[in-house]
Amino acid sequence: MSEPITLTYAVPGDDFTRAGEASSDVKKKLKAIGLDPEVIRKVAIAMYEGEINMVIHAGGGEIKVILSSSSVRMLLSDHGPGIPDISLAMQEGYSTAQDEVRNLGFGAGMGLPNMKKYSDRMEITTEIGKGTTVEMEVYIKKVHEVS
Amino acid sequence: MTVADIKRILNAAVLTGGEFMDREVHTACGSDMMSDVLAFVKDQSVLLTGLVNPQVIRTAEMMDMVCVVFVRGKQPDKTVLQLAHDRQIAVMTTGYRMFTACGLLFQNGLGGGCEHHE
Repeated sequence: MSEPITLTYAVPGDDFTRAGEASSDVKKKLKAIGLDPEVIRKVAIAMYEGEINMVIHAGGGEIKVILSSSSVRMLLSDHGPGIPDISLAMQEGYSTAQDEVRNLGFGAGMGLPNMKKYSDRMEITTEIGKGTTVEMEVYIKKVHEVS
Repeated sequence: MTVADIKRILNAAVLTGGEFMDREVHTACGSDMMSDVLAFVKDQSVLLTGLVNPQVIRTAEMMDMVCVVFVRGKQPDKTVLQLAHDRQIAVMTTGYRMFTACGLLFQNGLGGGCEHHE
């Protein structure tokens, strides 16, 4: 792949049933170009958790996926309330989600930890009242690096 | 075991994906919290859940799961079934409760996909 490919998605914040459509589309596209299934799964899960977070915490936002020969980079930006304490938010089981979100199967405090777990690099930039940007990257191993 | 074995053991009704009965299933995960499911990646898993919304199918899709079983006789709506159909995921419903459904599959040799130690 000579030039990086960029995919951009608007994530609607008012429709929980549609949450995950962007991640699903990315997964399909990565499959179509024949990327390593393990890389695809890591990208899909990390992005899906991020997409769900954008819907339940921030009223939606925008996702950019940049695919190069060495990695898949995901930039998730929202204009939500921001994260007051990132280290607390990173703890498994810690959640500020309301009961209605839990009733939908999320808000168990596993979103950010899962995003970190499945990405090879993750950085969070957040400002209270302005929004949050999460950058995640999954590296694509070259064949000679695997063997 | 296969998806057909799961159908038989749980006396389940197939709601979509009847053509996938021959697929092999190696592990199972039972949970109503999708983030907990997403925390444990195993190949060719079945998901048992009492949660009925499209995110159950999305979760199964992201994890390459082959089958979803709704417990306590829960019936998903058309949106959920259409999504599962599009993503080629078999969907069943069983009258058993979560604990019993998981126990029956475990008893019949299906390991958990969610434990740290088997």
